[in-house]
Amino acid sequence: MLKGHQSWLFDNNPVISGAAAIVGPFEGQGPLAQDFDIVHGDLRLGQDSWEKAERMLLEEAANLAIEKSGITKESINFLVGGDLMNQIISSTFAARTLQVPYIGVFGACSTSMESLAIAANLVNSRSAKYAMASACSHNATAEKQFRYPTEYGSQKPPTAQFSVTGAGVSIVTQQGKGPHVTSATMGRVVDMGITDPFNMGAAMAPAAVDTIQAHFRDFKIEPGYYDLIVTGDLSKVGYAIANEMFEKNKFPIQQTVYKDCGMMMYDYEKQKVQAGASGAGCSATVTYGHLLRRMREKELNRILVVATGALLSPISYQQGETIPCIAHAVSIENEVRQT
Amino acid sequence: MAVKSAGGGKYRKMSMSPKEYQAFAKTREPSRSIFGNCIRAFIIGGAICVLGQAIQQLFIHLAHMKPEDASNPTVAVLIIISVILTSIGVYDKIAQFAGAGSAVPVTGFANSMCSAALEHRSEGLVLGVGGNMFKLAGSVIVYGTVAAFFVGIAHLIFGTGGAH
Repeated sequence: MLKGHQSWLFDNNPVISGAAAIVGPFEGQGPLAQDFDIVHGDLRLGQDSWEKAERMLLEEAANLAIEKSGITKESINFLVGGDLMNQIISSTFAARTLQVPYIGVFGACSTSMESLAIAANLVNSRSAKYAMASACSHNATAEKQFRYPTEYGSQKPPTAQFSVTGAGVSIVTQQGKGPHVTSATMGRVVDMGITDPFNMGAAMAPAAVDTIQAHFRDFKIEPGYYDLIVTGDLSKVGYAIANEMFEKNKFPIQQTVYKDCGMMMYDYEKQKVQAGASGAGCSATVTYGHLLRRMREKELNRILVVATGALLSPISYQQGETIPCIAHAVSIENEVRQT
Repeated sequence: MAVKSAGGGKYRKMSMSPKEYQAFAKTREPSRSIFGNCIRAFIIGGAICVLGQAIQQLFIHLAHMKPEDASNPTVAVLIIISVILTSIGVYDKIAQFAGAGSAVPVTGFANSMCSAALEHRSEGLVLGVGGNMFKLAGSVIVYGTVAAFFVGIAHLIFGTGGAH
């Protein structure tokens, strides 16, 4: 049901009946390692290319999520998924293996919540019984496509972010056991003219702020409604900027706990990742691994995940174009929302 | 940015123009230590050159080569070292610390070629390795050749002597 200008209220209470988060070796050294279902020791996953490794991560996460929700692959009506690769090959190729009707989406790193919002909407509107939402990224494929060869010796500036190797998949169903996807706010493309692809946090922060404010405007609730608001991958630089923008806009973010997935994934002291983590797999694995675990344990009951994406391409930034950004917010709650 | 009111309008939309935002974001970038980077580049770059010099001395004293003959095998040894360090995934870590110190010497050139070759190996030997090996190093070759052309013309016109 449309709420306000750009939000959906999922009044039929779709449920996340199962979710899986699988990561690579570097993420396994981070503080959230215990919350992931599988930590791979080999960045290549025994495959002969990085691209195959990424797709393998996604297939494994999909199979695990299906298993956890206690359904069969055949009962899934739609897979909604995307990734960072050109022509979203990781998702499409995994969909080829899974043989599930497939809706490919692209929102760069915001794909995690874009896919979940669409999957929840399909289920909520009774267009699907079971919908699967997915997002994945791989550090080496992202480096290769967007930056330099992985082994190339270039010094990264302190604003640079490290793309997460990971895949997160969730299964949304009409009823069952698990947290509810209660609402979503779809963001608009915001471009404040940042051109530096090594400073995506600063590029994405305005989009995150825009979507978060739109969410509360549309639902007429206060930030204090949530136990936690978490942005996707703004990392240190973008997170600080977002906080300042909230203050400037007199938005009472201090009513709740505000965090960023990009700052939760790695240990800054030990892992030397400059500003923090990024990638579609970042918010997907942090949400489906870490945050859902905390919700199961009732440490958190209402969260708003705002996945942020920088919609640039290697060609667009080389041609000097600015970086358009987007953010999509999805709320997940243990209890049904009272409206 | 255009302020468009939608919904309740309780919270203000973007309160900055893109120009203001860019200036604001610039001030929030963690500063890069130019001085520290220069020192590190000097030390690591210098160390690579000292290593090269040592290798050259070895060729001169152990293989009894003339200094001018020893320079080619010296460069080859440095390239091999760089390629090995790139292949085992160490060179990029050195580079994060060293910056220009590991990028400028011949080892940096070797790293740029080797890393591109490794990266595109999965796309085949011809279109992958062959087609992409000079992806980063190519511009060095192009502009090196262009520069050499102009230096050659200057040499021809002014004829300042030197080796022919």
